[in-house]
Amino acid sequence: MHSHDVHAQNFPIMVQLLLALPFVLALIGYILAVIISNQHKKQWPHFRTICWIVGNVCALITLIGPLAALSHIHFDAHMIGHLLLGMLAPLLMALAAPMTLLLRTLPVNRARILSRLLKNPYVRFIRHPIIASILNVGGLWLLYTTSLFNLMHEHILLYVFIHLHIFLAGYLFTIAFIYIDPTPHSYSYVFRSLTLVVALAAHAILAKFIFANPPHHVPSTEAELGAKIMYYGGDAIEILLVYILFYQWFKSTRNSIQPKAATSSR
Amino acid sequence: MTNMYEEQKHQHENRFQYKQRNMWTGILFGLGVVAFIDEVIFHQLLHWHHFYDKSTAAIGLVSDGLFHAFSFFATIGSAFLLADLNRKHGFWLKRWLGGIFLGAGSFQLYDGIIQHKFMKLHQIRYNVEILPYDIVWNILAALLIIIGIVLLLQTNQKDQ
Repeated sequence: MHSHDVHAQNFPIMVQLLLALPFVLALIGYILAVIISNQHKKQWPHFRTICWIVGNVCALITLIGPLAALSHIHFDAHMIGHLLLGMLAPLLMALAAPMTLLLRTLPVNRARILSRLLKNPYVRFIRHPIIASILNVGGLWLLYTTSLFNLMHEHILLYVFIHLHIFLAGYLFTIAFIYIDPTPHSYSYVFRSLTLVVALAAHAILAKFIFANPPHHVPSTEAELGAKIMYYGGDAIEILLVYILFYQWFKSTRNSIQPKAATSSR
Repeated sequence: MTNMYEEQKHQHENRFQYKQRNMWTGILFGLGVVAFIDEVIFHQLLHWHHFYDKSTAAIGLVSDGLFHAFSFFATIGSAFLLADLNRKHGFWLKRWLGGIFLGAGSFQLYDGIIQHKFMKLHQIRYNVEILPYDIVWNILAALLIIIGIVLLLQTNQKDQ
């Protein structure tokens, strides 16, 4: 709080704008793609467009305006930002199926290049559920249990990098577990479920760890409130994620309804 | 009318085949539900339990986190498993209930003995004589387990 008051007042508006820009472009780009592709393909589902808009708005209110300024001084506000930018926005944006939209909007030859890009070994590696979990939850452990959290508020570049990382890792994490867009290398539901339990447990454990061991310069009352926001708010979004994963699983085993087929799935 | 009657009669025709599945679906649901009740009643409404007790051991924190994540996994997962049994005409109410009692009792006992006592995650209530609370808690858990086992044994004998 105290020493950070100075920081908050001249929290550079340029940084806010810089971080907000990709999301504004993504929002405009998506809507343009919907309009263009609707002209010669069937109507793009409104549900997906709404998901994209709300997801981007969630990210934007974290990065720009009053919540962004508050996050800089209050840990509880920072945690609300974490939930919105790192969890809810990625989930909603994954549900919006941006790659599917892009593939149907681009001319065939460019779409082929894109789908080849999505199959490359690097993308395959970071989309592995365990790697995506380490990048996401592991990154959070690093942020809140080391001095990184303090450094972030002193160095603008680090601030930008960490906020982009929180969003990207959250998005990667979401698409590693629920497959909305085309997924070249898919993993079994059993494997994804088991990995997800451990990843979500690591998130809950981190919340309680923060409760007991606040990051440097964070007053304990704020850390305790922030930890509870992370724990219970995280639950609400995670329940949505688990529900979607199991719903997809349930649908995929529809073919095993014959009485003899006792095995549930892969 | 006849059609509806026929449907009723054949609705759960495959239940013997999915005997084990009915039990596990119940166990998972019992685990999830009791964890939810614990959270709502003892943490949120009564404020008896504490979010974090300063005497918690590291292993307790890990156990708590895993069980927390697993409990909502189990609740949602078992709801879908139930829907799956229903879609396969294999639902067996009594056996499913047996599983629920067994799952709920087991978690209650684990929570009461391992998590509260050995890992010192948190106590049932603070600033009171804790022994009667612990006894009631664990006896209740044992009762749930016994009811569950009885129901499961009963449905076991009915096989064929």
